[in-house]
Amino acid sequence: MSEPRVGVYVCHCGHNIAGTVDVQHVAEWAMGLPNVVIARDNKFMCASTGQEQVEEDIKQFELTHVVVASCSPHMHEKTFRNACARAGLNPYLFEMANIREHASWVHPNDREGATNKAKALVSAAVHRVVHQQPLEPMKVDIRPETLVVGGGIAGIQAALEIADAGYHVYLVEREPSIGGHMAMFDKTFPTLDCAACILTPKMFDVGGHPNITLLTYSEVEKVDGYVGNFQVRVRKKARMVDESLCTGCGTCWEKCPIKVVDTVWEAGLGYRKAIYRPFPQAVPKYPVIDIENCTYFKTGKCRMCEKVCPTNAINYEMQDEIIDLEVGNIILATGYKLFDARRIPQYGYGRLENVFTSLEFERLTNASGPTEGKIVLRDGETTPQTVAIVHCVGSRDRNYNTHCSAICCMSSLKFAHLVMEKTGAKVYNFYIDMRPLHKGYEEFYHRIMEEGATFIRGKVSEITDVPRTPEEEDKLIVVCEDTLLGRQRRVPVDMVILAAGLEPQADAQEVAHMFGVGCGETGFFIERHPKLDPVATMTEGVFIAGACQGAKDIPDSVAQGAAAAARVLGTINQRQVTLEPIRASIDEERCSGCRICNNLCPYNAIDFIEEKGVSRVNPALCKGCGTCVAACPSQVITGAHFTFEQIMAEIDGIMIDVLSDRPVVEAV
Amino acid sequence: MSDNGTFTPVIVGFLCNWCSYRAADLAGTSRMGYPATLRDIRIMCTGRLDPTFVLRALQKGADGVLIMGCHPGQCHYQEGNYKAIRRFALLRRTLRQLGIEDERVQLHWASAAEGVRFAETVARMTEQIKQLGPLDWPRNWPNEDPYAVEEAVHE
Ligand SMILES: Cc1cc2nc3c(=O)[nH]c(=O)nc-3n(C[C@H](O)[C@H](O)[C@H](O)COP(=O)(O)OP(=O)(O)OC[C@H]3O[C@@H](n4cnc5c(N)ncnc54)[C@H](O)[C@@H]3O)c2cc1C
Ligand code: SF4
Ligand code: SF4
Ligand code: FES
Repeated sequence: MSEPRVGVYVCHCGHNIAGTVDVQHVAEWAMGLPNVVIARDNKFMCASTGQEQVEEDIKQFELTHVVVASCSPHMHEKTFRNACARAGLNPYLFEMANIREHASWVHPNDREGATNKAKALVSAAVHRVVHQQPLEPMKVDIRPETLVVGGGIAGIQAALEIADAGYHVYLVEREPSIGGHMAMFDKTFPTLDCAACILTPKMFDVGGHPNITLLTYSEVEKVDGYVGNFQVRVRKKARMVDESLCTGCGTCWEKCPIKVVDTVWEAGLGYRKAIYRPFPQAVPKYPVIDIENCTYFKTGKCRMCEKVCPTNAINYEMQDEIIDLEVGNIILATGYKLFDARRIPQYGYGRLENVFTSLEFERLTNASGPTEGKIVLRDGETTPQTVAIVHCVGSRDRNYNTHCSAICCMSSLKFAHLVMEKTGAKVYNFYIDMRPLHKGYEEFYHRIMEEGATFIRGKVSEITDVPRTPEEEDKLIVVCEDTLLGRQRRVPVDMVILAAGLEPQADAQEVAHMFGVGCGETGFFIERHPKLDPVATMTEGVFIAGACQGAKDIPDSVAQGAAAAARVLGTINQRQVTLEPIRASIDEERCSGCRICNNLCPYNAIDFIEEKGVSRVNPALCKGCGTCVAACPSQVITGAHFTFEQIMAEIDGIMIDVLSDRPVVEAV
Repeated sequence: MSDNGTFTPVIVGFLCNWCSYRAADLAGTSRMGYPATLRDIRIMCTGRLDPTFVLRALQKGADGVLIMGCHPGQCHYQEGNYKAIRRFALLRRTLRQLGIEDERVQLHWASAAEGVRFAETVARMTEQIKQLGPLDWPRNWPNEDPYAVEEAVHE
């Protein structure tokens, strides 16, 4: 083989790199590295001029390998691989040195150190790249079916977009009905349109859509495979009600003698029966038997619902059903959970009767809620004369959650409006900062101020029922430092609403792990890129949408649901996706058949071929982690693009003496 | 490496693509400063870490090696980092027999969101190695070339 000819390009990135690293010097120095035939510096490598330079040089200097020293490969590896490909060079003969994120930006006051590090990283890439092999990306077919997990507004939107485009969707929801949190609300900010009026039609569309298989009261148990071909196992829990017979008439839950506090849909304020339909507009309309509380399941007696059901739909023998699905893409839309206000004991929730959470208030004010929409104290009858709404409960607080829950300012304004409108009570909003960010939100804030709500700037330190003055008798006293007046205040009220924050679901970690996505610092799922790729994840074919990605309101959840659907439809229309050819392969001639690798692979991608007595990697299952590569005692497993030779050369290159451009230690 | 009074260690880093490499990227985008002692190499997962890589880096003159991956339970490939933990235990025994201090070869975790943790780890390790001084493998073990053995196997 003829000698390799390497081209090296060192990027200034404006001042981002050149402000710290002596870029010109690095480029000149790189000329002295083995096999380098051209080394240049350039203001912006990722700009079209930078890319064209590479393309021209590949042709003019007959380059066989290319190194670009610039930003993180997670930023622009694709860009430069494409440039190489356009000039006829296999994209895997390209390597990147990360001298921005890993050098200039982290050593801003150490020009010499940053420059030396940049040289070492360039040398590593130059030494490595000549060992790189041309690779062909793998193409896999995409199954057109999609799995959506979570039937809140985000999941509903995603499912409808895909189904309306003509492709099949499996929508898995763990509660007996879809709808998510939005189904609990009465009105939605900032327009105050009724939540049910805008949500119910969508839920109905999902329920009746020919392209949607709705699996409620179901959970995903296992996920195998990879983009294009996921195998998903779903457990459909036994409803004890035969959906093909039930008409949703409601006789069973009317007659059921067992009342249970509904902690899900009524936020603990109302009751349901042991056989129940979560709310009147539920989709599907069929009830479920809660076997934890049903007398028949506890004692073997009752069977009331069976007796009264006119269509004999009750079936106490029903078993969980295991359903195996094959899908090409997955969208996670598992939403959020409310911060548990009990964690802040000085706010008295759970101890002081008339302290409510925001979700409880949503149920109070909801016409189909436990009080039929009457805003009353916990006694069920007294209308409050004064109401305090406390913002940022459990949010923007180092002791609980550091993040802003994004919706509480607006929902608190909504509450203020509803309280004033329905009760005429005086309303105090206790806030730290007002953050009505989106279209129409600032206007809504002004509207509520004009309606007469009082705003007190300051973090509430305590809510107490211990009076100090006669006016405070039989009241809840909200204690806070008013930072605008600069003094301590005690505001006596009848009712307190805590605008509790949005948190990741309790099982977010497990769900993330099952689907191969990550959770960030705040516990929400991590997107591939916070700005440029907010609905994709690090796992090809798995997308995220709605409040599972971070606290957000309905408009943003809907937007993400639609965005995730668009990404999925894109791959379906392509019919194929290309995958990184970073895979392991076994040299069967030299495999000793020890089978050590067989059990190491987390994806069971390695089979033992009995006839030949050797192991073989199934490239469709292998994800290229390299665990087997490092373990094979005969060293006969090659990890494409991360081979033994490539990494060894990279180590040798990185240990170059940056002052004399010789290895720190001459090879022995 | 070599010094006129001040010793700046060279640490070779092996960072997994999914968590710790991204933590390093995040340290960059958030402009968190740390000493320019680390020279990092990206591997897909700490499960790929062949102990030979560590020995090679030391033998080529590194004063320390920092291996970083995803937190246990959060490996992108499910359990590569557990494999790394086991291999690391063995490697540490070998290194101890050669008299190489534990501080010189370390295994740590950082999630993609933990730029601070990444920067702190590098800073702390740099200080520790400064205390120990240069490793100087070639001078201390002139005849000790583990890679030669590996290569023989590999031929
Ligand atoms: C008190 C309050 C008032 C609000 N008022 C407004 C408002 O007026 N206007 C507005 O724009 N926003 C409002 N919001 C915000 C709104 O609730 C969210 O933006 C919206 O609900 C997010 O939708 P989602 O589909 O992402 O999540 P969710 O509504 O949480 O839905 C997630 C769904 O996924 C299901 N699920 C979870 N895990 C799994 C699993 N592992 N398997 C299967 N299914 C699963 C859940 O059961 C649920 O049905 C309010 C929030 C609160 C707390
Ligand atoms: S570990 Fe290596 S030698 Fe043993 S079966 Fe796997 S490939 Fe073959
Ligand atoms: S590289 Fe990883 S995924 Fe691929 S066969 Fe080896 S152990 Fe399995
Ligand atoms: S991918 Fe990070 S340790 Fe496995």
